[in-house]
Amino acid sequence: MTTDGIGAAVLRKEDRRLLLGAGRYTDDIQRPNQTYLHIVRSPHAHARIRAIRAESARAAPGVLAVLTGADLAAEKIGNLPTGWLIHSKDGSPMVEPPHPALAVEKVRHVGDQVAVVVAETRDQAREAAALLEIDYEELPAAGTIGKAIAPGAPLVWEQAKGNTCFDWHIGDPAAVKAAFAKAHQVVKLDLVNNRIIPNAIEPRAAIGEYDRATGDYTLHTTSQNPHLTRLLLGAFSFQVPEHKLRVVAPDVGGGFGSKIHHYAEEVLVLWAARKVGRPVKWTAQRSESFMSDAHGRDHLAHAELAVDAEGHFLGLHVKETVNLGAYLSTFGTVVPTYLHGILFAGPYKTPAIYVEVRAVFTHTVPVDAVRGAGRPEATYVLERLADLAARELSIDPVEVRRRNFIDKFPYQTPVALQYDSGDYFASLDAALDKARWATFGERRAEARRRGKLRGIGLSTYLEACGIAPSAVVGSLGARAGLYESASVRVDPTGTVTVFTGTHSHGQGHETTFAQIVAERLGIPLDKVEVVHGDTARIPFGMGTYGSRSLAVGGSAIAQAVDKIVAKGRKIAAHLLEAGEGDVEFKDGKYTVVGTDRAKSFGEVAFTAYVPHNYPAGLEPGLEENAFYDPKNFTFPAGCHVCEVEIDPETGVVQVVGFTAVDDVGTVINPVIVDGQIHGGVAHGIGQALFEHALYDDETGQLLSGSYLSYTMPRALDVPSYGVSTTFTPCTHNPLGAKGVGEVGSIGAPPAVINAIVDALAHLGVRHVDMPATPERVWRAIRDASKG
Amino acid sequence: MNISLRLNGKPVTAEVEARTLLVELLRDRLGLTGTHVGCDTSQCGACVVHVDGRSVKSCTMFAAEVDGREVTSIEGLAAGDGALHPMQAAFHEQHALQCGFCTPGMVMSAVELVARRPGATEAEIRAWLEGNFCRCTGYHNIVKAVQAAARVPAQPAGRSS
Repeated sequence: MTTDGIGAAVLRKEDRRLLLGAGRYTDDIQRPNQTYLHIVRSPHAHARIRAIRAESARAAPGVLAVLTGADLAAEKIGNLPTGWLIHSKDGSPMVEPPHPALAVEKVRHVGDQVAVVVAETRDQAREAAALLEIDYEELPAAGTIGKAIAPGAPLVWEQAKGNTCFDWHIGDPAAVKAAFAKAHQVVKLDLVNNRIIPNAIEPRAAIGEYDRATGDYTLHTTSQNPHLTRLLLGAFSFQVPEHKLRVVAPDVGGGFGSKIHHYAEEVLVLWAARKVGRPVKWTAQRSESFMSDAHGRDHLAHAELAVDAEGHFLGLHVKETVNLGAYLSTFGTVVPTYLHGILFAGPYKTPAIYVEVRAVFTHTVPVDAVRGAGRPEATYVLERLADLAARELSIDPVEVRRRNFIDKFPYQTPVALQYDSGDYFASLDAALDKARWATFGERRAEARRRGKLRGIGLSTYLEACGIAPSAVVGSLGARAGLYESASVRVDPTGTVTVFTGTHSHGQGHETTFAQIVAERLGIPLDKVEVVHGDTARIPFGMGTYGSRSLAVGGSAIAQAVDKIVAKGRKIAAHLLEAGEGDVEFKDGKYTVVGTDRAKSFGEVAFTAYVPHNYPAGLEPGLEENAFYDPKNFTFPAGCHVCEVEIDPETGVVQVVGFTAVDDVGTVINPVIVDGQIHGGVAHGIGQALFEHALYDDETGQLLSGSYLSYTMPRALDVPSYGVSTTFTPCTHNPLGAKGVGEVGSIGAPPAVINAIVDALAHLGVRHVDMPATPERVWRAIRDASKG
Repeated sequence: MNISLRLNGKPVTAEVEARTLLVELLRDRLGLTGTHVGCDTSQCGACVVHVDGRSVKSCTMFAAEVDGREVTSIEGLAAGDGALHPMQAAFHEQHALQCGFCTPGMVMSAVELVARRPGATEAEIRAWLEGNFCRCTGYHNIVKAVQAAARVPAQPAGRSS
């Protein structure tokens, strides 16, 4: 019997190498004869490239190649594709402009790739790049949504009138109209979901190699999903057979969504390697990351909630304009639609919902998934509205939520999803208790005596993750399936190697997945090794994002292990001279039921590879593959409670308490689960209080383009968190797991803002936009006191 | 120019350019890739090493400046037999790392804090670590790890030479 299986708080297998400084991140890898690539990026948001003069750069010391968009076009290197086709209300497909790996004719955002220099050393590449003479004709730019939708705005793409990519909707407008007609009151709110930059601490990097003798390409890259990158490189960029491409994502220093997408640099290093005949490495400087990693969020919302006199939600209408940036990133179009609009029921029984999303191009970096991806934006709208409804009806915000919670499962929402399980009352009650909600008044009074304004706020969020059933997403426009793969190889000596299509970049899969196998096979954890990230070793898989790795990838592993157990039973029955039906597998042993006759898993494994005494007709060996296609999304939910203190003189907000009670389904490793929630909550506090990717309207310049101006949450900006879980199982996957990676960044932002508004409500403050910087809070206090 | 230093307890000499940064010397020239680079404005702290026992951001120091000095990088923190330093052990036991990229710098910073202020409070720990970004852990378990390590009898950083 294993003691480190499902539910055990075992320490991580991956820690030792990382603690010793022996991790192997992409930039740590030196390939023999390696060269360096520097990318020349546009300083303008919108400009025509009149000419590029490269003679001096080409003649500079150490330079091996200077390549431009013209070279790219001449060699027919394909454009970067986007993964999801969205249709507008009128049935027309979205505008899908080309996305070349190097700009051709025009640049469309600050940081757009214009040319590359390949040289013997990093410094030589950088110095030669400075010699490149690029003649730009600057053009008017639209740096924000507001500018892009204004009449006569500069167009990012001629074919996208009004800069609109699509105008999508979901829900029933007639039902919503009817609900509003009978409302006691309509609560209205305009909200900004601030644009943020994912900021994994490891900057992106890539190393391209090309073998002229075999025609094989090898890419090392900072990716969350190496197989998808390989598929897109083969099918779109290079039009070469996929088996000629190997993509390796080694240790990756955080992703948070930003390393899902297929990026131009991955094409450029391979192309350059083919040109110069040597390995080519590119590593982003942080200033490059700011202007080339896909950003997130950036929604403007107008929301109206119809309520009756008791605070029951009758109908919800949300109308949004969202920013896609200058090009469509890999999953840019699904984030504000099918990962967003379908979340507007939340945990509530709102019977009628209608969501409209107009997505626009701007002269900014492409916008795509950041931790939560579409779901934080929906949750923020919903949880701010729930609080406002409570305030306007003078009902306790906790009570409003209780009155509207879904309490019967399965539950079909008006926006496509069917929830399988949940207990929103349980997580709410646990969170209120843990956060000492009932005695908050005493703490507020005590703070007041110190001259501080103290507030408390909650959010009762629900999210949909574990993406996703392939047939369902296919019918909604996905250009990929979203199953996951696993291969489980039992070695002759009884140790086990698991090959997974997911990718771990902090989530601890090497430990968690091993726990699943240890539990199911009844063997010690140290006999299980998890391999991920190298397309030459792992089965085709879809990677890690959308809190899918355990619910989908873990289920694939469970399925493969079940096949192993079943085959082992045939071997054991043969060895024990018993009928297969009389042999049970438990605690690592096959036993003839009702007897003490048994064979250990190790003996069975050995027999599979040394099949001297073996069932007739059974293949030797003990290795199984599984592909698991989920039957539904999973639905983590929970309650986050935030307590803040505000200095009314300066507007500085300090988060003084944060409680998160989350139902994430089955917990495989509570230490890892708690860690995921801590990190997600810090990310959410970061968005609520500090982080803002701010563009200038007119020039399209990124004003917060370094850590000097983009405020990352630091240790002294966040509190210690009170974290726990409640449990209802996911009913449709073999583990009962729901997912945990994003709950923090989904649940936290509205809890923080609700707490701030609570602290200031007595002054007449109704809303404060994110990020609630000292200036914004100070102005809110000052403007309210002016009356 | 030619420099000589003691690195992780061993003498090292290297020919460097005047502009070569300490982190470039460690990573690119000496192959010690445990020290990471996460930014270009000296904010993130992924590159923290010790110079004469003090934590410094190695992206902000020229290699030439460590001539004649004692440098300890993350690779030199564990004992020669592979046993983790108490701070590394505490990070493991408290699950204070996820992706591991900020970890070497975070550990090196924390080691100096505990050496200087063995009884540091949570607030002091958080203030000390303001120069080290972590995106994964929300800092909660890092603070716990530093507190735990501070309770273990202090040991000098680096291998005995």
